[in-house]
Amino acid sequence: MSTNKHLSNDAFDRVLCELGREYRLLGPRRFPGKGAHSGADVTGYGEIGSLSDLYLEGKTYFSPKECLFPVRETLFYFRDKDITPAAFDDRPTIIFLRPCDINGIKRLDTIFLHNGSEPDPYYARRRERVKFFLIECREGFDSCFCVSMDANRSDDYACACRFEGDGVRVEIKDGSFAPFFAGGEDAAAFLAFVTANKTSVQVPDLSRVDLGALFQHEIWQEYSSRCIACGRCNTSCVTCSCFTMQDVSYGRNQALGERRRVWAGCHIDGFTDMAGGHSFRAKNGDRMRFKTMHKINDFKRRFGFHMCVGCGRCDDVCPEYISFPTCIERLGRISREMTHE
Amino acid sequence: MNNPYLPRPQRILSVTQQTAIDWTFRLESDMAPGFGQFLELSLPGLGEAPISISDFGPGWLDLTIRSVGRVTRGVFVLRPGDVVYARGPYGRGFDPKQYCGKNLLMVTGGTGLAPVKSLIRHFLAHRDDLKAFALILGFKSPADVLFAAEIEEWRRGADVILTVDRGDEQWRGQTGLVTQHIDQYAFHDGPTEAIVVGPPPMMKFSTLGLLQRGVSAEAITVSFERKMSCGLGKCGHCKIDETYVCLEGPVFNYAKARLLLD
Repeated sequence: MSTNKHLSNDAFDRVLCELGREYRLLGPRRFPGKGAHSGADVTGYGEIGSLSDLYLEGKTYFSPKECLFPVRETLFYFRDKDITPAAFDDRPTIIFLRPCDINGIKRLDTIFLHNGSEPDPYYARRRERVKFFLIECREGFDSCFCVSMDANRSDDYACACRFEGDGVRVEIKDGSFAPFFAGGEDAAAFLAFVTANKTSVQVPDLSRVDLGALFQHEIWQEYSSRCIACGRCNTSCVTCSCFTMQDVSYGRNQALGERRRVWAGCHIDGFTDMAGGHSFRAKNGDRMRFKTMHKINDFKRRFGFHMCVGCGRCDDVCPEYISFPTCIERLGRISREMTHE
Repeated sequence: MNNPYLPRPQRILSVTQQTAIDWTFRLESDMAPGFGQFLELSLPGLGEAPISISDFGPGWLDLTIRSVGRVTRGVFVLRPGDVVYARGPYGRGFDPKQYCGKNLLMVTGGTGLAPVKSLIRHFLAHRDDLKAFALILGFKSPADVLFAAEIEEWRRGADVILTVDRGDEQWRGQTGLVTQHIDQYAFHDGPTEAIVVGPPPMMKFSTLGLLQRGVSAEAITVSFERKMSCGLGKCGHCKIDETYVCLEGPVFNYAKARLLLD
């Protein structure tokens, strides 16, 4: 049974302060001066201490996936014949995030916890300590298409917050958080979800399409001429979960160092390279095709729901202005042509 | 929680030079793999690489490795008594029961012989499980032939066609691509299963050749090679369509494998 409270901004800050004694607080924020250009900020997820730290006026450039799946993560340290698993920040964690991103983390859970015969221990140990504080999102942003991807709603949260500018409404679903908000005024239920985006797509059913012919379609040649394989779409995507192993030695002693995993992306050179020289998908358009099929077809065939959550970050960050929803729409037209519908 | 990423030390028992660039490392190991499975071999500081297990027995396993990458070059300077690290075994390998009572034709190209070597030895030891047993083993040149002495022993239990793309002055054996030998192969009566393992172009044209000779797609088994960073279905490198080669493969029935489009 949920309760709803209304707090002033100051009162909410005091709650954050109290929560911060028990939990690591992560949320959308600015990283001043860390942008790609001189003097520019970048937005992503990191530790927050007060309401003023939260970046709420836009969509973050980077997704919250790095809260659970860091860009670089040490798996273990080696020293001669000793191998020691890496420690981690084991404080319980609260992440402030929007519904699409909660649904995105459900996709990460699917790969890291449920694909294969056993859960990924590095992901699992972080994930089991995380509680979500949903940031209510009623309008979305220009490039969002979460409604089309059925990722605009979520009930997987401990608390939900409506930031009203001069105060905060909070729905407390997880009773363990009720004491923190006891000082707030009782309020009516408020939580709403975005019901329509400026961008909408209809994901085509490709089950009756000749995939061999689809893969040869000229559309991918066009993407070859546009995509520069920078991989920004992969790194900004909340659901892209690929990684590569990387060994780092300290100084000249090869036997002293660490094994990490680092983010990898299917658009980036080297993703399929094997020793001996074989590789797959040399053309950037083929990589666009591979990613598109994974996000809106292959993942669903394996797990029952689409990988893409329609957050639109890939559109926001692409330096070549490649639009993923446009690609989905084009695939729909091609599929209708191929099946004569 | 179990941590499958932690490799375990494995002592090198012996090193056998097969060719100038392909060596077999026998490791002391309790891994107990199946036919056609692979492991993640690593040298801390250099990295990790998926390597197929070429043979195994109680307390040991063989890796037949070509020195082509950072990890393998590091392994090639090691000697018996030295230690490498490994985790696994991983993947779905060959099921010998599938071939019982049938004719079996194996077609391999180059180092593609390594993943099936243990299965060849199994059927030579259980020769009655099969009707006809034939091997078409292709290599680029006489200098590239792997397991040369063992291949001669295999002739006692199997029809062996050992062929090189280009012979030299000393070469007295067969020449030509494996596909030419598939075209000329005299099939035996009764159902025939085929196994094809090798570089991608060789697999493509060998399977086409077998289909043309009347072997059904369902009766062909192939083994894929892909980049794999984890072997556990997490890292994403080996994914083709909705299939993870490290989980559902590397050994596939060709009826499925031919639908996998990179």
